[in-house]
Amino acid sequence: MSNAQGLKRVGTDPGTAAVFIITFLGALWSLFAAAYAPDAAMRGQSWLLLGGFLTGIVMLVGTIAGGGVIDDKREYNENVVKAGVIATMFWGIAGLLAGVVIAFQLAFPMLNLEPFGFTSFGRLRPLHTSAVIFAFGGNALIATSFYVVQRTCRTRIAGGIWPWFVFWGYQFFIVMAATGYLIGITQSKEYAEPEWYADIWLTIVWVAYLLVFLGTLWKRKEPHIYVANWFYLAFIVTIAVLHIVNNLSMPVSWFGSRSYSLFAGVQDALTQWWYGHNAVGFFLTAGFLGIMYYFIPKRVQRPVYSYRLSIIHFWSLIFIYIWAGPHHLHYTALPEWAQTLGMTFSVMLWMPSWGGMINGLMTLSGAWDKLRTDPVVRMLVLSVAFYGMSTFEGPVMSVRAVNALSHYTDWTVGHVHSGALGWVGFISFGAVYCLVPWLWKRKGMFSKALVDWHFWIATFGILLYITSMWVAGIMQGLMWRAYNELGFLEFSFVETVEAMHISYIIRALGGVLYLSGAIIMAYNMYRTIKGDVEEEDENVIPQTSAVPAE
Amino acid sequence: MAQKQSRWSDLHKTLFEKNSLILTVGILITVSIGGIVEIAPLFYLDSTIEEVDGMRPYTPLEQAGRDIYIREGCYNCHSQMVRPLRDEVERYGHYSLAAESMYDHPFQWGSKRTGPDLARVGGKYSDEWHRDHLIDPQSVVPESIMPDYPFLATAELDYANIAANLRALRIVGVPYTEEMIEAAVSDVTTQLDPYAMDYDAFQARYPGAVMRDFDGDPSRVTEMDALVAYLQVLGTMVDFSTYEAQADENLR
Repeated sequence: MSNAQGLKRVGTDPGTAAVFIITFLGALWSLFAAAYAPDAAMRGQSWLLLGGFLTGIVMLVGTIAGGGVIDDKREYNENVVKAGVIATMFWGIAGLLAGVVIAFQLAFPMLNLEPFGFTSFGRLRPLHTSAVIFAFGGNALIATSFYVVQRTCRTRIAGGIWPWFVFWGYQFFIVMAATGYLIGITQSKEYAEPEWYADIWLTIVWVAYLLVFLGTLWKRKEPHIYVANWFYLAFIVTIAVLHIVNNLSMPVSWFGSRSYSLFAGVQDALTQWWYGHNAVGFFLTAGFLGIMYYFIPKRVQRPVYSYRLSIIHFWSLIFIYIWAGPHHLHYTALPEWAQTLGMTFSVMLWMPSWGGMINGLMTLSGAWDKLRTDPVVRMLVLSVAFYGMSTFEGPVMSVRAVNALSHYTDWTVGHVHSGALGWVGFISFGAVYCLVPWLWKRKGMFSKALVDWHFWIATFGILLYITSMWVAGIMQGLMWRAYNELGFLEFSFVETVEAMHISYIIRALGGVLYLSGAIIMAYNMYRTIKGDVEEEDENVIPQTSAVPAE
Repeated sequence: MAQKQSRWSDLHKTLFEKNSLILTVGILITVSIGGIVEIAPLFYLDSTIEEVDGMRPYTPLEQAGRDIYIREGCYNCHSQMVRPLRDEVERYGHYSLAAESMYDHPFQWGSKRTGPDLARVGGKYSDEWHRDHLIDPQSVVPESIMPDYPFLATAELDYANIAANLRALRIVGVPYTEEMIEAAVSDVTTQLDPYAMDYDAFQARYPGAVMRDFDGDPSRVTEMDALVAYLQVLGTMVDFSTYEAQADENLR
C-alpha cells in the first residue's frame, strides 16, 4: 500500500501485536490438529486452517513492514468498507449459485453427483444457507455498519487494525465453515452448523466487532446516537448472546472436529429455535433495519418519518422477537405452554414489524417521484414492501392451526425467501448501489439501465420463487392430510414428492433469474469501480472522505 | 419544529441516545427476558419429559451411525418428530414423546419434510431395503429425489476412537457407565454378530439392542452397518404398552 496521501500509520502498536498473537496461536493449534486429529475430516480441515493462519501472518508482517495500517483521524476508513462491499457481492453470487444448484437437485436428483459424496443436497444446503445469510448478509452488515457508524458519529472508526481483523477474520470463518460442510463437518443445528472450533473463532471475531463498534460510538462527535446504530448494536449484541448459548458443546477431542451439544432433545430443540428465529430477528431484521434507517433517508434526502415511532418499534421489536422461537416447534414434544407463548408473541410481532415498514416507507413523503426516476430507490422501497409482506405472512404461519398445514412444507421455504430475496437481498443491493459511487468517488453507476434490468429480473425471479413455493407447500400439506372415501390416507408420501416436480423447476428458474440480476449488478459495479462512468446521476450526492472538523 | 416532544422521548434522548453502555445494557436486558422465561423452565420442570420405560443410550454402533446421519445432513430433508395429528399418526405411528430424544445431543427433530419423517422408521423396512435404498434410492422408490450414498457400503467405519465420543456424551449428560465406555470399541463388533461371545453382557448394557450384521457383509465394519443400525433403532425404544398418555406425570 502506498503512502501517497501522507496519512498517518499506526506502526507496531499493541493492537497489531495482539492480532499477531491470536493468529500465531491459531496457526499453532492448526498444526497440532494436523498432527493429532482423531478424525479424518479434521486432519484435512486443519491444513486449510493452517494455510489461513499463515496467510494472516504473512499479511501482518507485510503490514508491519509497510509501517502498520493507516489510522488517520482526518479521514474516514473507507478502505475497509470498500473491501466489505466487494466481499458482499462476491459471497452474494457464490451463495445464490449454491442455491440454484440445490434447487435443481431437488428437481433433478441425478445432479447429486454420485462419485463425490460432498455434492449431495445434505451437504450443499448448509453451504447455501450459510453463504447467503452469513457470508453475503454478514458482509453487507459489517460493511454498512462500518460506514454508517463513522458517518453518523462523524469520526474515524475506532481500533486501528481491529476493523481489518474483523473483516479478514470473518472471511476466514466463512471459508472454515464452508469447507467443513463439504467434507462432512457439521453439528447439524440449522444456521449454526459450524463446529466448535469455528464457533470459537467467530466468537473472537465478533467480540472484536462489538468493541470496534462501541469504540467508535464512544469517540463520536455527535451528541446523540443515531437510530441506525441502535439497530446495528442490538444486532451485534444479541447475535453474540445467541451464538454463544446455542453453540455450547463438548468437543470429543481438543484437536478433533466433532462435538456434542450441551443440551439434548426438547431443551436442545427450543435453544436451537430460540437461536434460529432470532438469527432471523436480529441478523436478518434488526441489522438490515439499520441499513434501512441510514440509506433510505440518505438516498431520498428526507428525514426519517417519525422519531417516536422509531423508538417504540425498536424496543418492542427486540423485546418481542426473542419470544417467537417456539412457533418452529408447534405440535412437537415441546410443552404446549411454550408453544402458546411463542405463537402469542409471534402474532404480536406483526405490529413492531409494520412500525418499521411504515417508518421506512413514509420517509419517502414528498419524494415519491423518485420511485419513477431512481431505480435504486425503487429497489430499497420494494425491499421494505417485501419486509412488510413477509412479516405479515410470518405471524399467520405461526398460528398453530395454520402451522399444522404449513410446517415441514415448502410454504416455509417460500416464506423465508420472500424475506431473504425481497427484503434482505434488495436492501443490501440498494445499499451497495448507494455505496459504490460514494466510496469510489464516481458521479453515478456505470449504467442506470442495468440497475433497472437488475431490479426487474430479480423481482420477477422472486415472484416465480414464492408463488411456486406457495403452490408446492400448500398442495403438499393438503395431500399429506387427504383421506379417501373409505377413510384411508389418499396419498403415499412419494406421490406428494412427485407432485412437486413442476413447482421445483419453476422455483429453480426463479433462482436463476435472481442470480442473473446479481451477476448484472457485479458487472455494473466492476465497470463503475474501473472508472467507466460517463453519465452523471443526479441522485448520487458526492460524499467526502474527510472527517468534518469539530 | 415547534412541536413539543413527549417526556418519554426526552428521557430516551438523554438516557439511551447519549450513553452507549446504557443502550447496550438496555438491549441486553430487553432481549434476555423472553429466552429466560421460555427456556429456563424446561430444565427444571418435571413435566417437560414424560416418564417412560425403555429409553437407553445409543449403542456405540448406533451412535456412530447417528454421527454419519448428521455428517450427511439427513436432517435437511427428514424430520424426526411425529406430530399428534390424525394423518401423521396413521402414516408414521405413535406421536413422538420428548422422552424419546432425551439422549439426543443434538436433537434431530428437523424442520422440513422433503422426504418422510423418520422418527419411527426403525423396524419398518428390512436391512436389505435400507441398503438398496441408500445405495440407489430410485431402485426401490422410482419417484424418489433422494441422493445416492453408494460410498457408505464400501467406507470402513472409523471407530477406533469411539470411546472418546461416548465420554464426551457422558459429560453432557448421557448415562454411559465406565463399563460401557471401556467396552465401546468391542461393542461395535459385538452388535454386528448375533452369536457374539459377549452377547449377554452387551444386552445387559444396552437392553433390547438389535444384534445382527446390518450391511450384509460380516467380513467388514462399514459406515452402512452403522447408519442402518441407527435407522433401525429409531422410534423403537419406548415400550408403548406401558406408557399412559393420560397419567398425571405425562400431562403437559
